[in-house]
Formats: sequence, C-alpha cells, structure tokens
Amino acid sequence: MNEMKEKILSVIEKNSKISVKDLAVVLGENEDDVARAIAEMEEDETICGYHTIINWDKTNRDRVVALIEVCVTPQRSRGFDHLAERIYNFPEVDTVYLMSGSYDFCVMLEGKTLREVSRFISEKLSTLESVTSTATHFVLKKYKDHGTVMVHQNKTERQPIVP
Amino acid sequence: MRNPLSDKVIAMKPSGIRKMFDIVAEMNDPDVVSLGVGEPDFDTPWHIREEGIYSLEKGRTFYTSNAGLIDLKKEISSYTDRKCGVNYDPSSEIMVTVGGSEAIDIAMRAMINPGDEVIVPEPCYVSYQPCALLADGVVVTIPLQEKNEFKLTSEELMAAITPKTKILVLPFPNNPTGSVMTREDLEPIAKICIDNDIIVISDEIYSALTYETEHVSIASLPGMRERTVMINGFSKAFAMTGWRLGYACAPELILRQMLKIHQFAIMCAPTTSQYAAIEALRNGDDDVDMMKESYNQRRRFLVYAFREMGLHCFEPFGAFYVFPSIKGLGMSSDDFAAALLREEKVAVVPGTAFGDSGEGFLRVSYAYSLDELKTATDRIARFVARVQALRKLKK
Repeated sequence: MNEMKEKILSVIEKNSKISVKDLAVVLGENEDDVARAIAEMEEDETICGYHTIINWDKTNRDRVVALIEVCVTPQRSRGFDHLAERIYNFPEVDTVYLMSGSYDFCVMLEGKTLREVSRFISEKLSTLESVTSTATHFVLKKYKDHGTVMVHQNKTERQPIVP
Repeated sequence: MRNPLSDKVIAMKPSGIRKMFDIVAEMNDPDVVSLGVGEPDFDTPWHIREEGIYSLEKGRTFYTSNAGLIDLKKEISSYTDRKCGVNYDPSSEIMVTVGGSEAIDIAMRAMINPGDEVIVPEPCYVSYQPCALLADGVVVTIPLQEKNEFKLTSEELMAAITPKTKILVLPFPNNPTGSVMTREDLEPIAKICIDNDIIVISDEIYSALTYETEHVSIASLPGMRERTVMINGFSKAFAMTGWRLGYACAPELILRQMLKIHQFAIMCAPTTSQYAAIEALRNGDDDVDMMKESYNQRRRFLVYAFREMGLHCFEPFGAFYVFPSIKGLGMSSDDFAAALLREEKVAVVPGTAFGDSGEGFLRVSYAYSLDELKTATDRIARFVARVQALRKLKK
C-alpha cells in the first residue's frame, strides 16, 4: 500500500465526513489522486464502510449491547471459518471475532432489547450443533468507543489569546 | 506617599497582545472563534499526566536540587544529543527552569552589563525585549523581511553589530512567523558571531515542530557550542504549557551564574512537572509525531485557505502559526484584527504585537481542530471579500 493511501486512512478513520478537497489540501496531495485512491480502497474493500459513532444513551431508545463468549467444537476440514459464517450471517449479529484464550468466538449484538438478545441466544446461537457453551455479558455503560470518549468532557479552558 | 515604583518597570510597554485579549474577554461572546492561542490544543498525553499523578501519590512533594532532578537532566542531555547532535554534561551544563520564559530572563540577567547591546530580530516572541531592558541591556532590533521568509540574513546582522554588541537572540522556529532557519541559513550567522565574539541565546522552544525539514540548532555548528545558551522546554513539543517547565543548556561558565539567579528567585522548578517530564522524554516521541502530523495537516489547510482568499501567505515550516499578509487591503494590522473580531467574531493577533515589523501581517494559530479552522477561515474569507469590494468601490 502506498504512503498516500495510509495517510488518507489515518485521517478518515477519525473523520469520515471530510471532503475530498479538504483531504487533498491537508495531505498536500492532488485532489484527483486522492479521489482515485479512495475509490480504489472502496473497490478492494480496504475501506469497508462509513459508520457513525452514536451515543444511544442520549436518545430515548431502550437498547442493550451484549457480548457473548461462544465455545465451539471446530468441524473437521472446515475449521472455524464455516462456523463463524453460520453465526455472522444472522443479521442481528454486529461483530464476530475469533479469539485466543478460554473461548472461541466473541459475538456482539448491539441495539436490541433484552428479549431479542435472549431469544437469539436460546433459539439460534445455542442450538447450533457445534456450539458447546455460551456466556453472555451485558454492557452497562460505554465510556469510550472507537477511540471516542462518550461520557461528558469539559470544554477547553484555554485562554482565548496567548502570546 | 513616595513613588513606590521602579522607573524601569514603568517604562516597560505592556504586552501588545494584552489589548486583543481584553477586547475578546470584554465581548464574552460564545460565538467568537479565536485563532489567537499560542499553545497546543492537545491535552498533555495521558501517560505523562499519569506520571505526574503518580509522583504526587508517592508524596514527591519536596523541593528538588536547584538545577533540577538529575534523572531529568540526564534525559535532557540524551534528548539534546539525539535531536540536535549537541552534547551537554547533565551535572554542570543543564538546568531545569520554570518554562522557557524563565530561562530567557535569567540568561539575559546573567550575561548583560549596563549598556551591552542585545540584538533581537523581529517580529518575535514578546519577552526578549523587556527581559533585556530589565537587565540594563540596550535592545537593537532587526526588522526581518517577508521576502527572506523572515529569516535572519548575514547582511542584516552585520548592519546591526556595533562594538557594544554582546548578545544575539535567535528565536527559530519562530513565533509568530513560523519561519525556520536551515543549516545553510545558520552557517553565515554562526561565522559572524564567532568573528565578532557574540553570544547567542537560541530559543528553540518549537524545535520539535518543524515540517518537511529537520530542526538545526546553531549550537551544533563548529565553534558555537561554547558561545550559545540553548533554551527549550516541554510546553510546545509535549503539550505541557501549564506544567511550566523548560530548560537551558549552556557552557558551565554561563550556566553557573544563571543557576545563581534561579536559586535565589525560584529555588527549583515544580517537582511534579519534573517527574512528568522524565516520562515525556523517555516515552513521548510517538505522541510528538502524532501531534506534529496533525499540525502539519492544519498548516497546509491554513496556507491554502489564505491563498484562496487572495492574501499573500509565505509557507512557514515551523511552530504552529501562519503569518499572512494583509498589506493589499489598506488597513493596519490592529484595525484589521479589531474589525474582524467585531464583524465576524474571529480573533487573531495583529503582527504588531510582535514588533513594529509585524505591521501588515496577522498571526494565525493552527493549534485548533480542522473544524474550528474551517469555521474561522470561512468567516475571514467573507470579511476579506467585503473589504476588497469596498476598496474597489472607493476607487
């Protein structure tokens, strides 16, 4: 990957709303080159999407975030990938990681009601043949997400004019 | 009652920047966007703050030795060696001060005899002149030229030297212009200083913030180490302004006398800050790189934005300021800054706050988020367009 692409990624990782023109200016690059590089990275799925970090606690929506530790018996000749696919294809699943350590998959469900989460686990996830056990944890409070602090932070107390 | 005041202090001009501050404070308007701040917008990196907290928890609340913690002085020595290629003995050639500002003050007081001339290139940071005057020095200013990118040239320096010249203040990377001096720029200056037996106070507080070029200290040039007081600090590089911590590196002959003043006036730099600073020097390089990359992006953005407005803006390669020219608009820097604040609620500092040669320029800081810079430059562009349209009408 070339240097310009890495620089583009480091900027838009934190600020996906920046315009291509501004991006070109701050990186000291040509606007067309930047647009092309972004298109290429979208095409080859280096850039997988543009999401918004939302603090749902500030809304009226009542929702939980669940993290489920899943232990499985990997299947002969198909390993973990096939199992992961069985899990991540459920649309209610937001995140699936294969983990080292005492369990195999970390599965996250966001934005569901408690009832939806428990139904998913008891009816869909636990009933998969290879799943041997699950342990579900609910997130009580999000302090920081994707590098962004979600709890209230004080505004700057810098003096407006300083030599 | 008798006059309680010193004539010398009364004669001192109050800082030009204060005027602007007072207007902004008086407006007390939350809609004002200020690009007038000469300090980083980043918080001190957490691992450095955490080390300060830890030192308090451990009860390290005593004085340190006058010159500072030996571990800190060793780290400063290795940092200066690593970054500038100049080696100083931690036990006799380095002292920790209350910000770079204190180092400037005591360097002047340790070296100036009444009537000695101190050459100060302008525009520059606001404290050199008053500190020199308090030490009974005579200040000779050199108005630097935009056509030379606000670098000090050998011709300018030669023209300012008299038999009484003792000290040259060399403030690069420069606040307010953002100008830097390369090795090629410094070499002839160094030669003149050696030939004329001039001591250099090299204020390198912005040394970590140079873009697309490496900082060069004049102390690293042959024959200069013994005639240079190198001043630096933690404020700008590590976003530690409020910790008030700087340092001076100089030959023992000079440093020992500076230390005497420090010992009586200050005792020692804040202990908590010193412990935090050790952590900054040991493990802070990545933070500096991260902040520098951010500053560099904003720097490009501002230079571009001012040029788009049709203002002349030379490309600065250091510190976190751009210094656009408003000479084509028929307004003084003071009037421009005041009108911009009144009409568009953007605060910038008129170049004249940094010396008469700053007339026709503005100091615009990019120690702000890109969003803030965008808001501010949109407003400035609107203001500039209005001024230009009015000028056309009048013609």
